[in-house]
Amino acid sequence: MESLYLLVPLSVALVFVIGWVFWRALEGGQFDDLERPAHDILADDENPVQVQVKRAD
Amino acid sequence: MPAEGRHRVAILGAGRELCCAGCEAVARTIVEAGLESYYETRTSCALPPSLPSERNASEGTPAAEVAGSEAALILDRVRCSACLWLIEQTLRRVPGVLRADVNYATRRAHVAWDAAQTGLPAILDAVRAVGYDAYPYDAARQEALERRERRTALWRLFVAAFGAMQVMMYAFPAYVDGGGGTLSADAEQLMRWTSFLLTLPVLVFSCRPFFDGALQELRGRRIGLDTPIALGIGGGFLASAWATITGGGEVYFDSVSMLVFLLLAARYAEGAARRRATRALDPLLRVEGGRRLAVDDSVRVAAGERFPADGVVLEGRSSADESLLTGESRPLPKRAGDEVVAGSVNLEQPLTMRVTRAGAETRAAGIARLVERAVASRPRLVESAERAARALTYVVILTAAAALLWKGDVWVAVAILVVTCPCALALAAPIVLTRAGTALLGHGILLTRSRALETLTRATDVVVDKTGTLTTGRLAVSGATLLGWESEVRCRFIAAALEATSRHPIAHAFPGGDARLVQAPRNEPGQGVEGRIDGRLYRIGTGGYCRSLANQDIPLAGSGAATRIFLADADGWLTAFDLEDELRPEAAAVIGHLRADGLEVHLASGDAPPVAAAVALRLGIERYCGAMSPQDKLDYVARLQHAGRVVVMIGDGLNDAPVLAGADASFAMGSGADAAQLKADVVLVNNSLANVSRTLALSRRALRLVRQNIGWALAYNALAIPLAAAGWIGPWEAALAMGASSLTVLVNALRGLEPASPWKASTSSYPSPSPSYS
Repeated sequence: MESLYLLVPLSVALVFVIGWVFWRALEGGQFDDLERPAHDILADDENPVQVQVKRAD
Repeated sequence: MPAEGRHRVAILGAGRELCCAGCEAVARTIVEAGLESYYETRTSCALPPSLPSERNASEGTPAAEVAGSEAALILDRVRCSACLWLIEQTLRRVPGVLRADVNYATRRAHVAWDAAQTGLPAILDAVRAVGYDAYPYDAARQEALERRERRTALWRLFVAAFGAMQVMMYAFPAYVDGGGGTLSADAEQLMRWTSFLLTLPVLVFSCRPFFDGALQELRGRRIGLDTPIALGIGGGFLASAWATITGGGEVYFDSVSMLVFLLLAARYAEGAARRRATRALDPLLRVEGGRRLAVDDSVRVAAGERFPADGVVLEGRSSADESLLTGESRPLPKRAGDEVVAGSVNLEQPLTMRVTRAGAETRAAGIARLVERAVASRPRLVESAERAARALTYVVILTAAAALLWKGDVWVAVAILVVTCPCALALAAPIVLTRAGTALLGHGILLTRSRALETLTRATDVVVDKTGTLTTGRLAVSGATLLGWESEVRCRFIAAALEATSRHPIAHAFPGGDARLVQAPRNEPGQGVEGRIDGRLYRIGTGGYCRSLANQDIPLAGSGAATRIFLADADGWLTAFDLEDELRPEAAAVIGHLRADGLEVHLASGDAPPVAAAVALRLGIERYCGAMSPQDKLDYVARLQHAGRVVVMIGDGLNDAPVLAGADASFAMGSGADAAQLKADVVLVNNSLANVSRTLALSRRALRLVRQNIGWALAYNALAIPLAAAGWIGPWEAALAMGASSLTVLVNALRGLEPASPWKASTSSYPSPSPSYS
């Protein structure tokens, strides 16, 4: 039972880490257009080597 | 139209025929660039080849769409339709404000004011004073605002979701243990404090919208949607926090955070649905924010660009796509002297135009305003639903207070507060109405008052005007009687050549003539035309005018039902032409449809009775009246209304204004005249009579959706509140039910009305099945 006193605070810390990661993704614009990626997978890459990931903002 | 087979492109291994050189070029480019898979993956047909122009039109966005004393305002910090109602009322009470309409779906306000009494800053201040923000409309800022809003909403949702998940994990041991003693008191206290810690951000950050809303409602001394929710969440949290600090009693952190998550999820989905519903209107509103131009400026418009203002072509030859305004997708030829409208697209060659109307004066801006205003005039059914929604919140808070006092159970009170869903009553109808307006606009039908949709579904009689409505208003030859030795073909050829030299309306009845064949043409105003063809002198015109050349008596008497003109030469009479106002090709089918729908069709014409009778006979209209003045028509409609009939008037926009205003609902032919000035409920911008049946069908579907939604919301609330009061529904189940109810209504509102986008080629109005609320 003593492990609880370590693991529960650890889980809280983890929640905040995950929250921070999500916040970064959100501010990076990853959730601004949720439709495009779904269409992207249907199109073949012409030249996979040269594909660069660019964000609009 | 070009000859068939001229525009062919091999797409995906099969030869495809295309409508025009423009589409051919586009298709060829797509195929040659190796992008053929576009045709495999696309889900709807493309726009006409005018797409690249959008970028140009949005350049140089002005700071605000403020022209004269009218402005479109973006409203911010708005949470539900009650807020919008409040803003509308506030705006209308500002001294000097002439008109204020708030669009519930786009969340924009349209304000007109008297510049002598007040100004825009005062109006914006009035909105801020009641706790909201308003900005003048500006496309770029609107976009930034929407993105900010979307991100914040998603972040709140995430915090609530993750908080709820974690807190549920900490609450789980206590549920499993059930007070059995396996969980030590210390461990349980640890779980409680951890739950408290993780619920805190949910309450402080994720719940902000609810608390802000409740605070504003409190300040405005009214109760809206947010007050019960804020009371429920706040009460639940405080009771649990007290139990944690004192170390006794029950904690319900898991229920509180789950509740917040479900409510936010429902709200997020609602926002997404609302954006979808209004997206179709965007291009029209973007026109409103066009470049700053003044009247009489000369502008060069490149091919593929949108015309920035209404004007007249000075130089160049091209064609324009006016589908945005009229729903007519065929390109219209434009050359020097022709009018062009803002928002339409120049398709082929660069043109130079002179601006005649700019900014808020343009037809596109007028139409955009009308479309927004349309939603603001809500059908009576919707208005009473909104009143019911407001009354419902009071009932709910009283019930919850009673449950708290008598049963002493916080959670029953919380469940009651949360389970009610007044937003389903207040929100879903405006979305249906916005969608109906957008769908109609796509067919060139401009709905200026949503209220008309309701009236149209109850209509029993249709009164139709003749000239300009059933007929095109242009004369055409309906019959020719040969009187001399010349063949009919030759007579028509001579008539066309003679009339080609004239500008009289009758000349339109003889198209295709070549004026160069006529020597020494002479025009006798009100009489006719004479001229020499191949050396012979001919006259075309009234009987008297021709008799003085033919030197014989008129061989035929006029029948009265048609205008008759004659062709004669010096040797005698050649032909008598009967001219009639040309019926619209779709007129007979439309009248048939109306009759099949069980509507009584009346013809009320200002023309001579025999003419009215002839038209009525041809179209199968049994009740007709001729020689009616505008006042007679109004009396006719009033008599029908007196007998308890609901009358729809279809008329020419300009001449029939009084009767259009007097009828229960009215259609006007737009004819390019100022659509915005017309008094009709529905303006048929592209002059197609077929759109009458389309509007009727769509209004029936839209009203059915509205009724279903209101019925569902009423039934849901009537069932859920007693169940919650009886203690059968816990707080988080209540939140789930409330969210599900909101979504049901929204999904139903977005169901097969018609494709929301005005450009979707496939008009698959799939039959809407009976609603299934499972």
